Amino acid sequence: MKKKTGLRQKCFSLLDRDNVAGYVFTFPFIIGLIVFTAIPFFTSLYLSFTEYNVLSPAKWIGIQNYKEMFFEDKLFWTSFKVTFKFAFIQVPIKLTVSLLVALVLARATRLTSFYRAAFYIPSLMGGSVAIALLWKQLFSRNGVINQILGIFGLPSDTSWLGNPKTALGTLIALGVWQFGSSMLIFLASIKNIPASYHEAAIVDGAGPVRRFFSITLPMLTPIIFFNLINQVIGAFQAFNSSYLITQGKPLNSTLYYGVHLYNKAFNQFRMGYGCAMAWFMLLIIAFFTALIFRSSSAWVYYESEGK
Amino acid sequence: MKVKNITQSVSARRRVSLSIYHILMLGFSFLMLYPMLWLVASSFKPNGDIFATASSLIPHNFTLEHYVDGWHGFSSHTFATFFKNSLVVALLSSAGMSFSSAVVAFGLARINFKGRNFWFVLMIITMMLPGQVMMIPRFVLFDKMGWVGTFLPMIVPSFFAGGFNIFLIMQFIRGIPRDMDEAAKIDGCSWYGVFGRIILPMIVPPLVTVGVLTFIGSWEDFMGALLYLNKPSMYTVAYALKMFNDSSQADYGATFAMSALSLIPVLTLFFFFQKNLVEGISIQGLKG
Repeated sequence: MKKKTGLRQKCFSLLDRDNVAGYVFTFPFIIGLIVFTAIPFFTSLYLSFTEYNVLSPAKWIGIQNYKEMFFEDKLFWTSFKVTFKFAFIQVPIKLTVSLLVALVLARATRLTSFYRAAFYIPSLMGGSVAIALLWKQLFSRNGVINQILGIFGLPSDTSWLGNPKTALGTLIALGVWQFGSSMLIFLASIKNIPASYHEAAIVDGAGPVRRFFSITLPMLTPIIFFNLINQVIGAFQAFNSSYLITQGKPLNSTLYYGVHLYNKAFNQFRMGYGCAMAWFMLLIIAFFTALIFRSSSAWVYYESEGK
Repeated sequence: MKVKNITQSVSARRRVSLSIYHILMLGFSFLMLYPMLWLVASSFKPNGDIFATASSLIPHNFTLEHYVDGWHGFSSHTFATFFKNSLVVALLSSAGMSFSSAVVAFGLARINFKGRNFWFVLMIITMMLPGQVMMIPRFVLFDKMGWVGTFLPMIVPSFFAGGFNIFLIMQFIRGIPRDMDEAAKIDGCSWYGVFGRIILPMIVPPLVTVGVLTFIGSWEDFMGALLYLNKPSMYTVAYALKMFNDSSQADYGATFAMSALSLIPVLTLFFFFQKNLVEGISIQGLKG
């Protein structure tokens, strides 16, 4: 009896050692990382060199998928350009709007929490199917946007989603409308700027514009940097708005990279080709993330560096 | 006398500028919320009125028919089925995500074990990995396991903690004084006891945040349903809405009515947990 408790005691004290307990607690994460991230990550690289339709075994075809992507698949380049256009128009607009609104909202009034809610709610539900279906109707030819334009005597028969010139812009508007969560991040960091900085600047005679450019903006650069990376990664992976609202039409002017990838993999059952596309996207995202990181030393100000 | 005049005119000017501020902000709020208001208004208008009176937010011929018609759903499944499915997936996902992330966050934040930094860095890196790279192999994996056509691919991964959620809870745990766990350890409490008895009861706020964010993400998840669900009896609301819209092209009102209903849980969670959500999103920025 005594021996048994001794053994249990030993077992327990072993389990309670830092090196053991640490792994017991992080176990879910490590298993998840291996099964749902690491293995799929490398399998994806392998599959990108194969022809694979799930039903029959993967067949190694070397760099054939990549060759096809770059030299034969015209839609690949179309989707690539569409996604670039989407990302490079949407991200700067969204960041600027969220920063400006955060600045305006930093002024505390009795209605501030209402405004904050009103601006944040769209980003909470903007990615949903309900809003995508709604957006389609708002911008339809006889939709409310055109009717309101008509009231102001502006051209009111634009086919927003039917015209290759305006369709992508309509989807970008949906993205920009969801600026709420990056606005909240800006707002939190604006409030973190010590009031004494502004007070000292006021004593020195600096006006609001000067204070914005010399205090607020530099102090916010780490957050701008963070939001920029987040938004770029998100924009390259966009899927829902195109798939649900335009299906890539008209004339493929809204064919996101993600939608083309999905069509190849799950409509034509070309999993290998889809993986090749996914890996190319990973490289592009990695390239831009690295670019933003490399350039950050020039424009991101970290207080602890004491520049 | 003169001084009084000046202070009066200054405060008057301030009041005017504050009024202008509020007028502009209220206008902008209205603009931001307009699509949702329009959705709700249209869901109460007869189909013939929706586009004919699109610019009016007040239904002249108020009707509930879209809610009644829409609720019938399609292929002999009502929206009750779809809501139930979404609820099951979202509740299990958020419970799994909150608990597993809490466990992992405690390990990474408090226990000084070999390799801790390595796993922490890996966690940060995986937060930035584009999900689409893993999409196809994950599908293949779930297909081989026979999970395609079930809810499992949409639920099970949540039980293995998620990068951002771990980080959010870690930030909170770091704010709890270490003296508490050290005192408990001296009194003979194990790490498991420290977690269960001391830390867990104190980290309810970030757990609620993680739970709510995961619930909303899962509730709105379209991609997962698109990939893994293949029969109408299993559809979640998000996917059912898309299929419903495809099958009843001309019945805008019914789609709007069901769309509006699908947003109610999200809106309700927002109103109850606004503080948690705002704080959770704000912390996201601090990791940079």
